[in-house]
Amino acid sequence: MAVAEGAEPISLEEESIHKSANPWADAWHMFRRNKASVISLITIIVIVFVAITATFWTKAGLIDARTGAKARHTINPVNQTAQDAYPDPGICARDGQGQNPYWCGWLDDESLAVVQDRYCFRAAPDVNQKQWCYVLGGDSQGKDWLSQTIYGAQVSLSVGFVGATMALLVGLVYGVISGYYGGRVDNIMMRIVDFMYGIPYLVLVILLQVFFTEIAREYQDSERGGFVGFVLDLNQDMGGLLFLFFALGVLSWIGMARLARGQVLSYREKEFVEAARAVGAKDRRIIFVHLLPNIMGPLIVAETQQIPGYIFTEAFLSFIGLGVQPGTPSWGAMISEVRTRGGFFSNRHILLVPSLALVITTLSFNFLGDGLRDALDPRLRGT
Amino acid sequence: MNQVAPDTLSEHAGATSSETGREIILEVTDLKKYFPIKSGVLFQREVAAVKAVDGVSFKIFQGETLGLVGESGCGKSTTGRTILQLYRATSGSVKFRGQEITSLKGTSMRKMRREMQMVFQDPYASLNPRMSVGRIVGEPLVVHNIGTKKEREERVAELLKLVGLNPYFVNRYPHEFSGGQRQRIGLARSLALNPSFIVADEPISALDVSIQAQVVNLLEQLQDDLGLTYLFIAHDLSMVRHLCDRVAVMYLGKIVEIAESEELYTNPLHPYTQALLSAVPVPDPVVEEQRQRIILKGDVPSPINPPIGCNFNTRCPVAVDVCHEEDPKLEEVLPSHWVACHRVV
Ligand SMILES: Nc1ncnc2c1ncn2[C@@H]1O[C@H](COP(=O)(O)OP(=O)(O)O)[C@@H](O)[C@H]1O
Ligand SMILES: [Mg+2]
Repeated sequence: MAVAEGAEPISLEEESIHKSANPWADAWHMFRRNKASVISLITIIVIVFVAITATFWTKAGLIDARTGAKARHTINPVNQTAQDAYPDPGICARDGQGQNPYWCGWLDDESLAVVQDRYCFRAAPDVNQKQWCYVLGGDSQGKDWLSQTIYGAQVSLSVGFVGATMALLVGLVYGVISGYYGGRVDNIMMRIVDFMYGIPYLVLVILLQVFFTEIAREYQDSERGGFVGFVLDLNQDMGGLLFLFFALGVLSWIGMARLARGQVLSYREKEFVEAARAVGAKDRRIIFVHLLPNIMGPLIVAETQQIPGYIFTEAFLSFIGLGVQPGTPSWGAMISEVRTRGGFFSNRHILLVPSLALVITTLSFNFLGDGLRDALDPRLRGT
Repeated sequence: MNQVAPDTLSEHAGATSSETGREIILEVTDLKKYFPIKSGVLFQREVAAVKAVDGVSFKIFQGETLGLVGESGCGKSTTGRTILQLYRATSGSVKFRGQEITSLKGTSMRKMRREMQMVFQDPYASLNPRMSVGRIVGEPLVVHNIGTKKEREERVAELLKLVGLNPYFVNRYPHEFSGGQRQRIGLARSLALNPSFIVADEPISALDVSIQAQVVNLLEQLQDDLGLTYLFIAHDLSMVRHLCDRVAVMYLGKIVEIAESEELYTNPLHPYTQALLSAVPVPDPVVEEQRQRIILKGDVPSPINPPIGCNFNTRCPVAVDVCHEEDPKLEEVLPSHWVACHRVV
């Protein structure tokens, strides 16, 4: 068949600015240009890696168990003669009130000897002996603060990821149904969302956690069984995370639902969607092939920016004692230790270590979100 | 590439569409499309309607190009989309090769869609930015489950060649192409299922003037090669003249005049058509000198509350009493020249 007049194959060479495989590759190209985001991404990957492999390090003896309960070495010369391989490391390195936690890892041998001279009422230790050593110190009960921080990352990250994923999934399904089918369905679904927007988020989360705690307490002594018993056991095994996920998730999806609906509305009437309809494509194909790939970018960006919020909420709840169960390491719970251990100044690492972990993690997610926004949100393309 | 001036574009302008016995491919009768306006917080009631298309009737013959012209907002796109059943008609009938299609559903509707396709106005919005050119052009084949993967790839390459694009670009994405090239991609997609009828909704309005002629040439070439029938929508009369065999002029949801292209240009009968034509520049400097623009007073009334009587009576320079009382019918005042105006006898 003859090619139409004036329609010879047109060269594209002079037009294409950069040769990229597809829009996702483009996005990656954009993302890489933002240094802060790249560093944040690397930081997050490292944190995730450390958190996931924590158990492995415990097994390898590099850090202590989840609760960080045991000291591996001691400077207490008394224990030299004791048979206990994991003695109470207390007393020695504490200050006069027996409050100062262990910092030995940060002291050189000589300073250590001074500390011991000053505070140990027993014979001066042999400084050449292998010191018990917590890199980030320990609390006054001899718990390794580094172990707890690492295991605390597991809690924070899982709260962040599970919270974001749940909000994304629920909000996406809800918003897409509402936006795509429109009409009465849309109207009713959005009124529900409007109503839920009126509920104060933190108050509801706190009330739910109080409620769950109460139920758990009631069931504690009674015979467990049935579904409630199963859920309570599961929650127990997860260190209280199950209920936390639920409490955080109850309201978190509504913002996502609104965003997803708005996105669907803006694309639903686009001509390429109409072209697909004109060809006879079914709803399922239109939603999955034409709408979702286009709306996912802004949704992922928005949800990434929500992650610090979940992490902070969990830390806050754990701080006031309504988060994870006692004994589960969590940065919020660790920070709250400062209340019972006295003195900010003598115990500053108790505050500093988990706080820094929290700040670094949330900041990283914030910067990652910014980078993703530049890369994925087509509204900002080319600006 | 030959740059062809618009006025030498077509040889078959003014073709003999009045020939009796020509096959009617599409027949639209009293087609209406109202968009409801709803109000209320929880239980929404319909409070009014946008009468986007308000009783439109016309026929399209096999192999011809019918132009549909009117100011923007007068309901041209809505007409095209309702014909293609992208909107459900409020009332009226659309017959394709004698078959009523407004009531079709499911499989029979999908089958019908293979026959009728659309080319869109906005070359940027009409291609999914997340799909490669190959997937875009091949999508109709996938939706209708035609051929194996390999056969589909071959067909896509063939289609790209047909619209003058290098098949080498199948893995490129829409943002790498210019407006004219994108419009060709959209055209390739609409041709994938071998349709016989295409609604082209202002396919060149968004393009540079220099590109417009190329795309029009391509449309004509494809019509000759594939025997296509077009409903060509445009918002001004200048391009349409050479491309279309017949032209229908639309105003506020209604057709006010239909005639063969040459006839419409040389002998416009409806005052609105006359006003539109007076705005078209004439290439002949002598005639251009004498051209008098008819400036219509006022704005187009809202399609929610169209005027009683003739739609055009608020702006018509020659309106009389009857125009405010009765809605004029579209009547054949000259052979195959239809006008809806009380003042034309
Ligand atoms: N989906 C819709 N919902 C409500 N009103 C619409 C819709 N589509 C078009 N309209 C209205 O119908 C009228 C005709 O629009 P359209 O057919 O797009 O005009 P044209 O293509 O001639 O510019 C306009 O007043 C427009 O606002
Ligand atoms: Mg239009």
